[in-house]
Amino acid sequence: MLSTALTIAFALVGAAFTLSFLRLLKGPDATDRILALDTLYINAVALLVLLGIQLDSPLYFEAALLIALMGFVGTVALAKFLLRGDIIE
Amino acid sequence: MSLASEILLSLLVVSGGVFTFIGSLGLWRLRDFYTRLHGPTKATTLGVGCLLIASSIHSGLSGDGLSVHEILVSLFLFITAPVSAHLLAKAALHRRLESLAALPHDPAPPPTHVALPDRASPCGGPLRDGT
Repeated sequence: MLSTALTIAFALVGAAFTLSFLRLLKGPDATDRILALDTLYINAVALLVLLGIQLDSPLYFEAALLIALMGFVGTVALAKFLLRGDIIE
Repeated sequence: MSLASEILLSLLVVSGGVFTFIGSLGLWRLRDFYTRLHGPTKATTLGVGCLLIASSIHSGLSGDGLSVHEILVSLFLFITAPVSAHLLAKAALHRRLESLAALPHDPAPPPTHVALPDRASPCGGPLRDGT
C-alpha cells in the first residue's frame, strides 16, 4: 500500500514541477519567475523527502536541508536585488 | 509494519503530494501576482509538512529512531517561508505590479460637505415650508 501511495505522490510532485516550470517560463514579471523558482526548490525538497521514504535512507535529508537553505538564500538575494538594485550594499 | 501504521503513512504521503500539487496548480492558474503568492505557501507548510511527518514516522517505525533532520527541515521551512513571501510582496509593490483587486474608495469628503438635517425647520427643508 505504501508503494502505491509513494507512486501517486511522485506523480503529483512531478506534475507540480511541470506547473511551476511553466510559470517560470511564462511569468509576466520577474517576481513571478522568482516565485516559480521558490516553488521549484520546495518541490525539490518534497521530492527528496519522498525518495528518502522510498529508499529508506537517511542520506537524502541532508540534501533536502541543504536545498532548503540555499533556496531561501537565493530567493532573498533575488528579491533584494529587485527591491534595491543591489544585493549587498 | 502494522496495517494501521501503513494506512496512516500512505494517507500522509498522498495528502502531502496532493497539497504540493495544489500549491503549484495555484501558481499556474491564478491570475494575479498577489494571489499567486498565496498558492505555494500551501505547498510549503501543508505539503512538505505532511511528507516530513510521514518520513519521521517511517524512520521511527523502521527502527532507526526519530531522526532530527525532518524536524530541522520543517522548522527551517516554516521560519523562512513568510520571510521570502514578504520580500517578494515588497518587490512586487516596488515594481508597481497591477493587482486585480479594486482600489480602495476615495477618502470620505470633509465633514463640511455632508448635508446634515436642518434642525431649524421641522418639516425637513425650507422648500416645503410654504405648502
